[in-house]
Amino acid sequence: MSFSPNIVGFACQWCTYAGADLAGNLRCKYPPTIKLIRVPCSGSVEPEYVLESLARGADGVLIGGCHYGDCHYKEGNYKTSRRMTILKKMIEDAGFDSRRFRLEWISGAEGKRFAEVVEEFTRELQELGPNPVKGGA
Amino acid sequence: MADKIKFGFLLAGGCAGCETALVDISERLVDALEHLEVVFWAPTVADVKYKDLEAMEDGYIDLAFVDGMVRNTENEHTVKVLRQKSKTLVAFGACASLGGIAAMGDMHSKEELFNQAYKDTFSTDNPEGLLPEPQCLWEGKYDLTLPAFTKRVSTIDQLVDVDYYVGGCPPHHDFIFQLIQAVVSGNLPPKGSWLTSGKAVCDICKRNPAEHDQQRLPIGDIFRTVDGRPDEDKCLLQQGYICFGPVTQGDCGASCLNVNIPCRGCGGPIPGVKDYGARCVSTIASSLKDDATAEKFIQKFNDMAKLCYRYSYSSGILNQKLTPGNKP
Repeated sequence: MSFSPNIVGFACQWCTYAGADLAGNLRCKYPPTIKLIRVPCSGSVEPEYVLESLARGADGVLIGGCHYGDCHYKEGNYKTSRRMTILKKMIEDAGFDSRRFRLEWISGAEGKRFAEVVEEFTRELQELGPNPVKGGA
Repeated sequence: MADKIKFGFLLAGGCAGCETALVDISERLVDALEHLEVVFWAPTVADVKYKDLEAMEDGYIDLAFVDGMVRNTENEHTVKVLRQKSKTLVAFGACASLGGIAAMGDMHSKEELFNQAYKDTFSTDNPEGLLPEPQCLWEGKYDLTLPAFTKRVSTIDQLVDVDYYVGGCPPHHDFIFQLIQAVVSGNLPPKGSWLTSGKAVCDICKRNPAEHDQQRLPIGDIFRTVDGRPDEDKCLLQQGYICFGPVTQGDCGASCLNVNIPCRGCGGPIPGVKDYGARCVSTIASSLKDDATAEKFIQKFNDMAKLCYRYSYSSGILNQKLTPGNKP
């Protein structure tokens, strides 16, 4: 059996979290690899959260936010996008695989998209193997 | 008069800049010496040897400063011994408390570092390509040893318990004087604290837009210090020169900003910040105007990790666990 990755998901309560809910209502099938944490806005996810998750052995980190223009707080997701672009580069420069870290825009109406993202991310992480912190590649 | 405070100062893997900074408080140091008795200051100033330190009773030194990171087995040994002999241990300066410049070496392998230092540099004359070895037999009879290079750089608190932390590369002399006054009067915060005013560089900086009733605007352009010459009175960050003032302790009195150079974070993180580099990313990214500016930022500075963790890589979450192959 292939390895089942452990994904920490930070989901904005206005969109991705609702999207995950809808995925359930729609009876979408996706692997049970993601552990969702509800946050008020994707903009409240500090880069420290991502680093800490990875340092504590999460195989992947997913941040789910609203599409551009949809942020409940007007510009939270724009800030997330800038932060995470730079963070991704920083993780990469420090010699860590930034593919373990993913930022997706999933609205509350996109239950199916949520399931697809988790499935795709799980597959990608299975190829990457376990987090190096836990002795993987 | 009460007994003098027994004072020790150890240089671990640093450059002795912190010691120079302590001497920089000039005549005030002479006054301070009425209250301090220097019992150990090696290997830079006093004529004491490591064996003298080892011979001391446990807890003999009242107050010990360590500057410099732990980079080799000698540093490891002396720091451990000093911890044993001192009642209060202060990690003094950016290297001791955060890892400092040398911590960036953790982003490279030992081979890369050694080749750069002993072979490839333009000014190096080493035709045989000799590299330092921990042990060597000279002329077939002298068994010589050198301290071995550790696998990664560590801060002092990753090796032993540290009572206080002081940031700065080096700490500003005016601040060191305040520190000595606090020590002499016994006015110290709870153990485990940073000795700092708690203010950010921006708080101290004369360029702060809030000081001039101006609003902070999103940054639309990015410059490096080599691109042109920034306005001497306007906030550097507002002008697009990336400055880490918002997240750095301002005990330096915004010295770099006074000479038109952006802050690079040697003062250490302001209270409440766990990971300096991550908070830099967060702060800088949220003050940028749009994604295109973020891209430009990445392109202008080719190594984000070395930029954001310039003085604090060892203490960062990233280095402690994430970087593969760098575990102690």
